[in-house]
Amino acid sequence: MVSRVDVPKGGFNFDNYQRNLILQEKGFSLPKPTKTGTTIVGTKFKNGVVLGADTRATGDTTVMDKNCFKIHYLAPNIYGCGAGTAADTDKITKMVASQLELHRLATGRESRVATALTALTQFLFRYQGHLGAALVLGGVDVDGPHLFSVSPHGSTDKLPYLCQGSGSLAAISIFESQWRENMERDEAIELVKEAIKAGIFNDMGSGSSVDVAVIEKGRAEVCRGMEVPYPTIQKVDSYKFKPGTTAILSESFRNFVTITEGDAMDIS
Amino acid sequence: MDRFSGNFDRFSDLFNPYDSNPTNANHAIGDFTKCTRKPLVMGSTVLGLEYQDGVMIAADTLGSWGQLARYRNESRIYPVGNFTVLGAAGDMSDFQHTKHMLDSLMIKEYYTNDDHVLSTPHIYEYLSRVLYHRRSKLDPLWNTYVVGGYNNGERFLGYVDLLGTTYQSSIVATGLGAYFAQPILRNAVEGREGILTEAEAIEILNTCMKILFYRECKTLNRIQRAKVTADGVEISEPYALPTEWSFGEGIRGFGTQTQ
Repeated sequence: MVSRVDVPKGGFNFDNYQRNLILQEKGFSLPKPTKTGTTIVGTKFKNGVVLGADTRATGDTTVMDKNCFKIHYLAPNIYGCGAGTAADTDKITKMVASQLELHRLATGRESRVATALTALTQFLFRYQGHLGAALVLGGVDVDGPHLFSVSPHGSTDKLPYLCQGSGSLAAISIFESQWRENMERDEAIELVKEAIKAGIFNDMGSGSSVDVAVIEKGRAEVCRGMEVPYPTIQKVDSYKFKPGTTAILSESFRNFVTITEGDAMDIS
Repeated sequence: MDRFSGNFDRFSDLFNPYDSNPTNANHAIGDFTKCTRKPLVMGSTVLGLEYQDGVMIAADTLGSWGQLARYRNESRIYPVGNFTVLGAAGDMSDFQHTKHMLDSLMIKEYYTNDDHVLSTPHIYEYLSRVLYHRRSKLDPLWNTYVVGGYNNGERFLGYVDLLGTTYQSSIVATGLGAYFAQPILRNAVEGREGILTEAEAIEILNTCMKILFYRECKTLNRIQRAKVTADGVEISEPYALPTEWSFGEGIRGFGTQTQ
């Protein structure tokens, strides 16, 4: 007799919820996820979009990664900045990028930003906000430049400039005071850098440096560490040891392999 | 029969003055006629900055009653003496009490007839002591104050809140202003207080108040500005700020919709 095999259902399993509550009351705390505690921004300009992000990943009050990369590749013409739980934004963007590539192979066309948006919202809504991923999605496709933001519950916004993350309040204040329509490329990049710097200096969850991605028709340029507002300290001297510092006392050689003449292996 | 309780009114059950837990030993606990249970009519952000000629603060003229924009002509800026100005956020009834209290203080000082007038640092210190004392009794004056002044060529700008937290800086912002306005104030003012002109200061405050109107719910597009210089306190008439909404003209829907 063969017993029925239970195939696990997809999605989250909440069976341990009750048990976890009781454990928490007894003093056992769940591990805190690494959050990106971020400043991410996006703005449209004359011929495309500029996306910007800071590079700090925090776990509670510790900086877990002081130079992480938050501008995720979705398609050659679409990039998405991710704020929220680092694991969620990384994996979700990778999954949607794969989905988009398969879609490109099936349709034979360049991906559209609205496709990426739909894939993301449908995915996030299915998980009812349990996936902590807030994204700023930008790209240029056949219909022109597009900029969207997606929230963890799956709602979307379509605006000419957007910010997400803990530093979004500082960044949006820069946009609200200096943004204008149809900016030139350099102006848009400067504005994005200013907005991210406002987040870096005024929000504790954001820091380190500024990464920028500029997407135009047929061209996406990603600059890692476009601006490093805090000066890096140059070490006074080189602390490498000179060759020969450690004296060699003795040497011994052992042959593990005996080398003989012979025919080459047939690997056809 | 409980021989040791002093239960004379229905609120005394809640309080034992000899209770070792200080939160239960307060006479006012549970008595809404004696302690601010929760703030009711609230004012939102107040901003302040130092500039060349003195100090400038700005606040909108709204007293919110929860989610209702109830009192739309509420002046949240008040002069204390000739060279100090007070901007208040938080509960408006506690602000009115503070105004009366500071007026009495200035009058009493005047009657000592010693030619000394309380200057801004004195008023600031007095106010922060009162606020800390009230918070220690668990009966706070539910406000955040921006105290600005100009005395004998010295500028003064300070912040004091319902907990008694104090700090002095050339830039002060209460509430959500700390998130929205402070980044801009820091960029524009810090390090340049001595060369910032009045026109620039007005421009900066207007920009910040506009952003707060855009992004904070309980605000109004009607603000008041006050400056304190060697010539004294000058509080402007309320005025509206120009706002731009054309950015949304071409947008349809929130995702894939195109028409």
